[in-house]
Amino acid sequence: MRLTRYAAAAAAFGVVLTGCSSEAGQQAEEAADATVEVEQDVDFEAGTTMAELADAGTITIGTKYDQPGFGLLNPSGVPEGFDVQIGTLIAAQLGIAPEDIEFVETVSANRESFIQNGQVDLVIATYTINDTRKELVDFAGPYYEAGQDITVAAGNPEGIAGPDDLAGLNVCSVEGSTPAENIRTNYPEAQLTLFDVYSKCADALTNGQVDAVTTDNVILTGLVAGNPEGFELVGNPFTEEPYGIGLELGDTEFRDFINDTLEASFEDGSWAAAWDATAGQITGTEAPEPPAVDRY
Amino acid sequence: MQFFTDNFDVLLKAFLTTLSMSLLAGVLALVLGTLLAAMRVSPIAPLRGLATFYVELFRNTPLTVVFFFVIFGLPQIDTVVGFFPGAVIAVGTYTAAFVAEAIRSGINSVSAGQAEASRALGLTFGQSLREIVLPQAFRTVVPPLGSVFIAMVKNTSIAAGFSVTELSSTLPRLVNADAGALLLVLLGVVVGYMIITLPMAFAVNRLERRVAILR
Repeated sequence: MRLTRYAAAAAAFGVVLTGCSSEAGQQAEEAADATVEVEQDVDFEAGTTMAELADAGTITIGTKYDQPGFGLLNPSGVPEGFDVQIGTLIAAQLGIAPEDIEFVETVSANRESFIQNGQVDLVIATYTINDTRKELVDFAGPYYEAGQDITVAAGNPEGIAGPDDLAGLNVCSVEGSTPAENIRTNYPEAQLTLFDVYSKCADALTNGQVDAVTTDNVILTGLVAGNPEGFELVGNPFTEEPYGIGLELGDTEFRDFINDTLEASFEDGSWAAAWDATAGQITGTEAPEPPAVDRY
Repeated sequence: MQFFTDNFDVLLKAFLTTLSMSLLAGVLALVLGTLLAAMRVSPIAPLRGLATFYVELFRNTPLTVVFFFVIFGLPQIDTVVGFFPGAVIAVGTYTAAFVAEAIRSGINSVSAGQAEASRALGLTFGQSLREIVLPQAFRTVVPPLGSVFIAMVKNTSIAAGFSVTELSSTLPRLVNADAGALLLVLLGVVVGYMIITLPMAFAVNRLERRVAILR
């Protein structure tokens, strides 16, 4: 008897909890709905990926869950950010509403394999375009140009102005990332400390275990925003990291479609609006000039 | 094969780091674990309480949390350890709890008559433990200790997330450089761990057969 009473109480509690979370989720979706217009009458050539996705009524997009401003999981379990907004814009052109997009977490190491084995249709996850990756996946875009930069403790005690000043100092990044590889190859006098997530780099910088954190400037801006009194961005980007949209190798029609959608969003202001609503809130700056799409 | 020859030095260096971390942590765990087991069976109540507290704390805390405390928590109380020593300390102290429990079960399996006889002969508690009880206890716990140490070798992979360049950390690094080689990298890493654990398992087996107490 007591057992069934406890079970009933637990079940009721669970129902209340799910009710609460779905309401919050609905609010997040309504916010997304408000900014994106979904195409109603879409018609694509039969056999193209666009036709398949439009018929299915859903699309699977891989994004980051831990990058403030670009792809960050919010408390109701839905990712938010600039990458997510770009995904919403593309899905809208396919006639897919934001709530029908399935988001999957893709970390730096699994982006190519997820595309290759079809677990995701697109990857929009602070994904830098480079030639090695072009052998495995195709890239649409770029939709944003980031650059590698350095964050130091507030006050810049070591006086770091650029990557050459990192010689002999401890610099933190994430294992397997392009910025880490860049430091390792081009600035070997810097002592690399590598963790698996950027939040640990932030902890290490706060504790004084490292002197600097290096990665793309937008990720660094997110870190600094988490601790504005303790961190400072050097503000001198020294590489060019074009962020692209990863899709299956050889799917030229889909790539052209996405590039067309991106260019249209550059023109009609929806790209800038997406920036202002997400990454722009963190950097505090106006939307930059959109990059030129690379149709290779 | 080209992939392996290009990256062999990376894999080798990482393998040696894993090996040295396992050895150092293993020694720490064995010494600390034996000490804790002795404390748990000692007649002095505060020692028993302290050892029980340690074992319960570390057995019920995930290793990642222990790592976090050692690497990021200690600096907050002004004790900075390097990343590699910190990893050895974290894995060693965590495994010591399991080693202590295994050895304690071995001590309990030694018949009470042994301890009584050694006390009757006038040996102190420490002497009876060292000369009579522990040698017999170790003989019975070789298989479970072997499992604990093999698990410890695999647990060292958590250090990859805390800035120790060991075998598991080569995964994101090599896969990011060439994502098509994912299966090869996985194979290399698994083979690396097996080079450490398979001989260990084999040695444990041989040792068990040699020292087994036939009842």
